[in-house]
Amino acid sequence: MEEVLKIVQDETLTYHQQLLALAKVAENLDHTIQLSDEVIQAKKDGVICDMGEGNLPYRPRYIIPDYQLFMEKGSKFLELEPPKDLWEACNNLLIMYRHVPSITSFPVYLGNLDTLLEPFVEKMDLVEAKKCLRLFLLNIDRTLTDSFVHADIGPKDTKTGRLILELTEEMQLAIPNLTLKYDPELTSDEFAQLCAVCMMKTAKPSFANHRMFVSEWQEDYAIASCYNGLRIAGGGYTLQRLRLYEMSTKANSIDEFLNKTLPYYCDLMWNLMNDRICFIVEKSSFFKSNFLVTEGFLKQENFTGMFGLVGLAECCNHLLGIQDPKKGFGNNKEADELGVKIIQTIEDFVNSKEAKYCESTNNRYRLHAQVGLDSDGRENSPGCRIPVGCEPEMAKQIAHSTLFHKYFPTGIGDIFKYEETWLKTPMALVDIIKGALAQGMRYYSGYLASNDVVRVTGYLVKKSELAKLDAHKQSLNNVSVFGKGARDYSNALDRRVHESTCQ
Amino acid sequence: MLLTAESMKAPVNKIISFSNVDGPGNRTSIFFQGCPFKCWYCHNPETIHRCNNCGACLETCPASALSMIDGKVVWDKEKCVDCDTCIHTCKFMASPKIEELEVAEVIERIMPNRPFIRGITVSGGECMLHAEFLKELFREVKKMGLTCLIDSNGSIDFSKHEELMELCDGVMLDVKAYDPVFHEALCAHSNHRTLNNLHYLLSINKLLEVRTVILPNYPEENLQTVTHVSEIILDKCDYKLLKYRPFGVREEALDKMGRIIASDEECKRLREIAISKGAIRTIIV
Repeated sequence: MEEVLKIVQDETLTYHQQLLALAKVAENLDHTIQLSDEVIQAKKDGVICDMGEGNLPYRPRYIIPDYQLFMEKGSKFLELEPPKDLWEACNNLLIMYRHVPSITSFPVYLGNLDTLLEPFVEKMDLVEAKKCLRLFLLNIDRTLTDSFVHADIGPKDTKTGRLILELTEEMQLAIPNLTLKYDPELTSDEFAQLCAVCMMKTAKPSFANHRMFVSEWQEDYAIASCYNGLRIAGGGYTLQRLRLYEMSTKANSIDEFLNKTLPYYCDLMWNLMNDRICFIVEKSSFFKSNFLVTEGFLKQENFTGMFGLVGLAECCNHLLGIQDPKKGFGNNKEADELGVKIIQTIEDFVNSKEAKYCESTNNRYRLHAQVGLDSDGRENSPGCRIPVGCEPEMAKQIAHSTLFHKYFPTGIGDIFKYEETWLKTPMALVDIIKGALAQGMRYYSGYLASNDVVRVTGYLVKKSELAKLDAHKQSLNNVSVFGKGARDYSNALDRRVHESTCQ
Repeated sequence: MLLTAESMKAPVNKIISFSNVDGPGNRTSIFFQGCPFKCWYCHNPETIHRCNNCGACLETCPASALSMIDGKVVWDKEKCVDCDTCIHTCKFMASPKIEELEVAEVIERIMPNRPFIRGITVSGGECMLHAEFLKELFREVKKMGLTCLIDSNGSIDFSKHEELMELCDGVMLDVKAYDPVFHEALCAHSNHRTLNNLHYLLSINKLLEVRTVILPNYPEENLQTVTHVSEIILDKCDYKLLKYRPFGVREEALDKMGRIIASDEECKRLREIAISKGAIRTIIV
């Protein structure tokens, strides 16, 4: 139990961070879900990664409560009446958030905040509404201390949406992560521009391709955690991931990789996911007794399994014997085509297998381009992204993204870092985003190179918080430590800075 | 693609896929080679002349991307590493990296950018040297549903290109100096046509913006230019006061133009004067 003592003595962990780490140690003492020798070996080899989910899932990884229903009827278990004004609405939500579990024990989804709160904001003086929302956001940042906490706005322009943008700029907070559900038909240019300015200054909101998500999930979808598309009143049971670079080292040829190695590991991971999902649904108490389920805020049939992957770039480069990443995936047609082939093969595999308890996603798991863990180093770039520092100019980077984004309904995205002059021309940025989404990009994030709040891979951190960790001090945000790792080991903050003009 | 002027070509210095500094929104900018002016403060003097095939750049190119074939300097785009050593070597204010492109070839370069841009901007050098080419280019670009803007120093008479003006969505005009003597000294060229163009473009409602570079060493000339331009354009278009910056200015010009950036105070003062004269859409860039 050396590990327990180490956690208890770690001065860089807050009390809450220690508590979560200790809980994980306890969970991992159990071996009810039995792993096959092949899975154990694949995990040991780093080909399959369980995302630190622990041995015994006692809640789904990502939970997307139906907050609209909660607004309408309150909660018996929480003894809350439906709110009558903005103060009550925000207070009810803050109470609710503390009772929404997840892999991090913080809620990964806070609701479509503008549509949830707009009826109350409309009835209130705007100055008071802004004060209320300021306290609401401050409370979230200081109590839900984890950058995977995520809220959505849009697609329509609302008073609440505008107030949230104003406050986001004024307050410069890393939490919550924020997405604009963007549809040029539904979202006004003016609102899109406000979002673009806010994104440049604070690294949020990101722009989600509303039409694309609606075509796959219908209207009741949410963007949660980093950029994960999931169904409202549902979520994601589990996210396991294939580490494609490590996998590529197991094959002697492209042919062997596509026909033997890839199917073998896909099958192993699929079965691992199936075992975990069956345990959560059949054996854990969650879907039997949690008030979120019994009161109808969640429905088991709205959950799905997220079949994740990282390191497509390094996988393709390795298989093609490309040494210089700047001449490989993202800048090389052959490598890009191989990438598409690999992802198509994985998608075909997943679609060929009927998955239990995934009723709302056609009884299939859905693909997820995982953003990487701090421990991945430079050998596995996030999902299907081009390695940091090897990005081509923006037009090409976008075109590259569009090759892959359609395969990943549970999330994929790309990030662009700009120099200052973009701030003067938000409409130019909106032009680019419109084009990118129309071309099939799913999720577009960006920020100015000079910001304190920056997007690491999918989540936000403050550079000033990383500096605290550098000085061996505590950071209130649980995720700062991941940001530090990603910065130090994956050069995640060194992505190309896009200038005001690019060829 | 069928074009009426199949063989028409123009020398292109550079095509920038995405630019947010050449007119409203995101645009593709096309820079043509050649300019009748020779301004002291020119930031891209390599666009002024056509290459005289002296071959000096062959010696310094680190990538062996330049060669002399039949007495002409030939640039190998594939080998080029874009280090601009050739441009720094050139004493003739030219560049060996010029492509002679047909309209269809330019369209081909614009095509991939189409979803992301609202239009194109033609610039230079002085793009109006190639007015006939622009007419054909704009005709094709309009079919793509994009807008066409001209960035010009006004040295070519716009009124002689009515058809082009009809196709064009707006002109961004440099008025570098109002005083003819100072303009002649600054740009080695008269400003007579530029000022005529200023009035003409206003009269046909095609003037999008006027730009004047504010110089640190010439307060009186700054004042005169800003005053007159403001009185002419009033609130009919944007007026951008660009701060002179010494970066990229050729060495022999730095002594005259100065090695400092035009001061904020001077620019703010001139902006206030412009506004007081009626040019209420004046901004400092």
